[in-house]
Amino acid sequence: MKINSPLQAYEYLPKTNCGDCGEPTCMAFASHLIDRSMKAEECPPLLGEEYNDNYNTLADLLAPEIREVVIGTGDHAITIGGDDVLYRHKLTFFNKTAFAYDVWDTMSEEELVKRVNDIQNYKKFYIGEFLTLDAVAIRCTSGDADQFAQTTAKVMETTELPLLLCSLDPEVLGAGLAVAADRKPLIYAATTENWRDVAELALTHNVPVALSAPNDPDALKSLALTFASAGITDLVLDPGTFPTDGLRDSFENFLKIRRAGIDGQTDIAYPLMAVPMTVWERSDGISAAYWESVLASIFTVRYGDIMIMHSIEPYSLLPELHIRDTVYTDPRKPVMVDAGVFEVGSPDRKSPVFITANFALTYYTVESDLASNDIDCYLGVVDTDGIGVEAAVAGGQLNAAKIKDMFDSAGFDVQEKTDHGAVILPGLAARLQGDVEDETGLTVMIGPPDSGQIPRWMESKWES
Amino acid sequence: MTTTTITLSDLNKLLENVLELKGVTIEGDIEIEFEGGGGGQELLQAVGYEIAQIAARLNNVAGMMGGPAGQVPYMQPMTLPSPIQSRIPQELIPASFDVDPVSEWKHGIEEVVLGATSSDGGTRKTTVTLGGEHALPFYFDAPMPNPNYVSIDVFDMPIGMARAVRMNYEDVLESPAEWAKKVVSKFGADMVTIHLISTDPSIKDTSASDAAKVVEDVLQAVDVPLIIGGSGNPDKDPEVLEKAAEAAEGERCLIASANLNMDYQRIAAAAKEYGHAILSWTQLEINAQKELNRKLMKQCGIERCDIVMDPTTAALGYGLDYAYSNIERIRLAGLIGDQELNFPMSSGTTNAWGARESWMAVSPLKEDSDWGPREYRGPIWEITTGLALALAGVDLFMMMHPTSVQVLKSVTDMLRGGDGGADAATDVSDWVGMMIEG
Repeated sequence: MKINSPLQAYEYLPKTNCGDCGEPTCMAFASHLIDRSMKAEECPPLLGEEYNDNYNTLADLLAPEIREVVIGTGDHAITIGGDDVLYRHKLTFFNKTAFAYDVWDTMSEEELVKRVNDIQNYKKFYIGEFLTLDAVAIRCTSGDADQFAQTTAKVMETTELPLLLCSLDPEVLGAGLAVAADRKPLIYAATTENWRDVAELALTHNVPVALSAPNDPDALKSLALTFASAGITDLVLDPGTFPTDGLRDSFENFLKIRRAGIDGQTDIAYPLMAVPMTVWERSDGISAAYWESVLASIFTVRYGDIMIMHSIEPYSLLPELHIRDTVYTDPRKPVMVDAGVFEVGSPDRKSPVFITANFALTYYTVESDLASNDIDCYLGVVDTDGIGVEAAVAGGQLNAAKIKDMFDSAGFDVQEKTDHGAVILPGLAARLQGDVEDETGLTVMIGPPDSGQIPRWMESKWES
Repeated sequence: MTTTTITLSDLNKLLENVLELKGVTIEGDIEIEFEGGGGGQELLQAVGYEIAQIAARLNNVAGMMGGPAGQVPYMQPMTLPSPIQSRIPQELIPASFDVDPVSEWKHGIEEVVLGATSSDGGTRKTTVTLGGEHALPFYFDAPMPNPNYVSIDVFDMPIGMARAVRMNYEDVLESPAEWAKKVVSKFGADMVTIHLISTDPSIKDTSASDAAKVVEDVLQAVDVPLIIGGSGNPDKDPEVLEKAAEAAEGERCLIASANLNMDYQRIAAAAKEYGHAILSWTQLEINAQKELNRKLMKQCGIERCDIVMDPTTAALGYGLDYAYSNIERIRLAGLIGDQELNFPMSSGTTNAWGARESWMAVSPLKEDSDWGPREYRGPIWEITTGLALALAGVDLFMMMHPTSVQVLKSVTDMLRGGDGGADAATDVSDWVGMMIEG
């Protein structure tokens, strides 16, 4: 983005405060443009003839430093790139790293269909939504164009996820595109050897293309310049992912290219691709899978916008999805939820009263554990300054007085609302038991250390 | 008679057919129109090719009809660029790429040495030097002078831990000294952290002098530098850590920790008197970290080379985003010259084992895909948590699982330019076509 204050954006708006965008004033809309929560085209008057120049200028000024590239079509299309900062706390990172997992064209049809289904059906619940995988990378291991095309067709028949067509042989890529071009796959890859033929494919089929120059940023920039001059700007840069001895060089290439892009070197301001699965060239089994996740973590933290992995074991996918969520969670969103007493399901006089902290993550975890297991109860949320239970007990933000305050402020008298007159402390706050009994006069029970264990705890400890 | 307007390529195509169809007669005028008003070298070149090929084909037609032929050389279709091909440059555009180092990173992170050898009045065989960076970790802007170090946790009593962790320590749970020996000799710990948790009044309320005895035992058992941790009870810790610091006099331990909600002055005074460094611990709050560091220096007279920070580690999936950005902000502030934040950092990476994904047998949520075997989930959870913070700026990691320790040390070594223990260079040129077994 070339501007950074709402006033600068405001200059180009109609300044009529018409409210058509849903914001009360043009200035309010302008601040949403700057924090990137709204786009210029959401101002209807700006799209009119008379503001044409303003719109175009503003759109240019607001365009992210790193170009956005779309892979795939329809609901499953993924957008990568689009960043404006080098550190997430400076704003936020946009367009989470796209995770593609591989299939190959020498798999049996049965294996292929199963693997594609495993990829597209994988899900992990986390704070109100499911973490999922994004794309299928089809590798040509047969060397045969027809076989690659058949595999591509089978994958398309099985899933609507976006595709990456992977081969350095233009003939193979062409065969894949003959069946898949309408899906707008990313083709991997143009190199300093095959670039003319791959450029022709990208132009003919109007698909995004990855440029690969392992550990050679000069060549990568050269490819990017050449493709751009041919009018191909939906580019993804692969600077090479060397899994072990070359890791420092690979890391350095990612840092340098992204820094250059954010600093205004537009020639190289494209999304970056990492290929953690290169580690399978040197080892296998659990060791390779671990190392692959390690590489995925490094390049999720430092600037990978799309990556290709091999292991779809849960111990690979879980950390990969969570580190991505860690990096791409918007740091501007609130840390805390409101304190108070909340109902989960339809609690009655026999229902348990749980206590937790108002750290958003803690609250949503506990709440979803209770709801998902159909436990009707009250959930007392203490204002711990947005700190989780264990740390808040250690730091004094969760104590007996705060718990009493919470019930008092909510007007929730446990003795009056329940038959049992008991509250349940998180297991990690067990040391507060005596204090809370003294402070509130209630029966204090100790719940499990993790709210995921509440269902079993209910069976053994809760009689009512 | 009608006039047909066709383009050059239509004409070429038409003539191509003529070559194959005998006895065709061409009737009517043929008018040639150039598409597009522009021009440019590439378009002209393309038109040139097109016309040359038309000429060759007309020549062939002429020959078939008995006219004079053979005067126009036939051009191979291969040399004919399509409109798309003509947009692509003939050669790669040469380029060289470079980017400037960050000019604002003018200030170094302090170096803190832990452990004292006999030449410095201690009995340690090794020391550990933390910090000294002039750039973010592993960045090319400036060399990273010291590696990342790992201290493995040892407790003064058996505690609850995830099964994957516990199975490594079953034989030493009752003896902190044996436990310490094991983590150094078997698991490659650079340091040992002895946690005096039994001193907590709500646990065993062990006396400070009994705790000090444990510290002496551990100092006897191993010759690496020590971190001495309390129970985390803000009322008891000052007394416990004071006694422990006295027992370890001259060994340059790291006293863990001083916190704003306790009598940090007493702990700082003990560290100073007995020659130790101090861990300045705050909870995910950069301003609190500044405040505590300032107080330790100004109020307690702690030297700059005696401060290590613990800005709090939250587990992957449970607040790591806050911990990560907090640490990255602290490190960036230090590099641009904030003299209250430019100290080495430590992470309680073991906190990763609090995440249910690291230890729970199955997901508590029925909607989830299978979580798979937990013995593999746990170590990678600890690795990922530590690695993210290594990238943000942590120098020292307190950890528990041997596999996690080994992987974290190896990957951070590679990121610094070492081989990380890898035996041979890896050829990654053919990952696209590789066959993977299993």
